[in-house]
Amino acid sequence: MRYESPQTVEAASALLAGEEGLARVLAGGTDLLVQMRSGMVEPDLIVDVKNIPAMTSITEENGGYRIGAAVPSAEMNEHEGLCALWPGVMEGADLIGSTQVQGRATMVGNLCNCGPAADSVPGMVAANAIATIIGPNGRRDVPVIDIPVAPGKSTLAKGELVESVFLPARPKRAGDAYLRFIPRTEMDIAVVGVGVSLELDDDGICTDARVGLGAVAIKVLLVEDAAKALIGSKLDDASLKKMAAATSAACKPINDKRGTIEFRTKVAGVLATRAAKIALERANTRASNGGEK
Amino acid sequence: MSGIHVSTKINGDAVEYVCDVEETLLDVLRDKLGMTGSKEGCASGDCGACSVTVDGRLTCSCLMLGAEAQGREIGTIEGVAKGTELHPVQQKILDNAALQCGVCTPGFVVAAKALLEKNPDPTETEIRYWLAGNLCRCTGYDKIIRAVMDAAAEMRGN
Ligand SMILES: Cc1cc2nc3c(=O)[nH]c(=O)nc-3n(C[C@H](O)[C@H](O)[C@H](O)COP(=O)(O)OP(=O)(O)OC[C@H]3O[C@@H](n4cnc5c(N)ncnc54)[C@H](O)[C@@H]3O)c2cc1C
Ligand code: FES
Ligand code: FES
Repeated sequence: MRYESPQTVEAASALLAGEEGLARVLAGGTDLLVQMRSGMVEPDLIVDVKNIPAMTSITEENGGYRIGAAVPSAEMNEHEGLCALWPGVMEGADLIGSTQVQGRATMVGNLCNCGPAADSVPGMVAANAIATIIGPNGRRDVPVIDIPVAPGKSTLAKGELVESVFLPARPKRAGDAYLRFIPRTEMDIAVVGVGVSLELDDDGICTDARVGLGAVAIKVLLVEDAAKALIGSKLDDASLKKMAAATSAACKPINDKRGTIEFRTKVAGVLATRAAKIALERANTRASNGGEK
Repeated sequence: MSGIHVSTKINGDAVEYVCDVEETLLDVLRDKLGMTGSKEGCASGDCGACSVTVDGRLTCSCLMLGAEAQGREIGTIEGVAKGTELHPVQQKILDNAALQCGVCTPGFVVAAKALLEKNPDPTETEIRYWLAGNLCRCTGYDKIIRAVMDAAAEMRGN
């Protein structure tokens, strides 16, 4: 096993592309080290990306934020601008593990590990976050929803890695929220997770909505029918009910000791409704503060 | 299995070691450097007994490679007391009888100290959430939480 710690994304990509055996990016290591320890993966090459400046910084860009793929959740959640603009994405990331895990874990690691219950992914999907990918053929921008395929399997090609994730600017009356159901209060894996992002006009009519849904299918889903139920409405009870039904209908969950199919399907609709209400409240608060928080 | 040469700082002192890729920082601390204060409870990030700080941030040393310490500043339980003078968190854990077997204690001390440096006046709920990644099989937590609250009060000077 080899360990490399390159200084640039291009060098990281070249290392990954040049390895004949199994190569793995190391961000926070909170998935990778556990998998290595249990013998689930035995990489021939580990490429630590925490010494690459473009991957370890948060920068403002066109009124939104570009978050380096190696920035840990704890650091994001200390960033006032990010927490004000995308509170739902931040609260999803903030649910990943303990304080200790937060100090290392990244959203991009959460995304590229491709777990269906990854807590930061539904929020990013709802936000329409865009991942910038660097590979042997250069750079490409891809919506986060297009990266996971199935547990442990992504659409990244050999030699490719995510450099950063971009969260765009948003209008004044906009808000997002993430909620998950777990049987405990902390330190557990989502049985269902829902992220909702809303944009409204000055009359309070929803002009855009996105709903990301986790832990109820082979990968995180974007539920377009749920969004359609909200767009054009004022989030009245009838639209919320339609949205909840569409969310439940999108579920293809498994039965396991943590939740039955029936339970997960029902809870998905309930959480989506609650998350939409929180997102609405945040949008209105933000608008009344002139789009500041 | 080539060794990796690492230069780092541990508790303020420059330290160099050679480690294998797959060795965690916890392995290095305990087996190479003889710093056995950090404990291995689970080796999977669940128990917090291996808690250290890396550039000031609380981390599980079992979830980090020894190689990743290159150029960083590591803080371990061994650096918490100043000579024979215990840190208030340590003293209050003793005063409150907040340990039994003691395996979890170094992790709790490192984690609680990191909390109080960031937030000198945490609520009980904030302490409980901050320490949710530190497991204790003996005490039932209450005494530990009270010890941290007492230490916080003392450090604030009341
Ligand atoms: C105790 C504990 C509790 C946890 N609790 C939760 C929880 O509540 N919710 C949750 O969702 N997860 C949880 N996790 C899982 C884990 O912490 C998260 O998935 C975390 O976000 C992974 O990020 P990382 O930076 O540590 O990833 P790493 O382990 O560094 O990487 C994960 C995977 O992604 C790949 N990768 C990383 N960065 C890139 C990149 N830039 N480009 C391409 N590929 C990349 C790696 O090669 C690896 O395959 C927990 C883990 C532990 C140990
Ligand atoms: S030994 Fe590191 S968290 Fe348990
Ligand atoms: S005192 Fe024994 S585990 Fe905490």
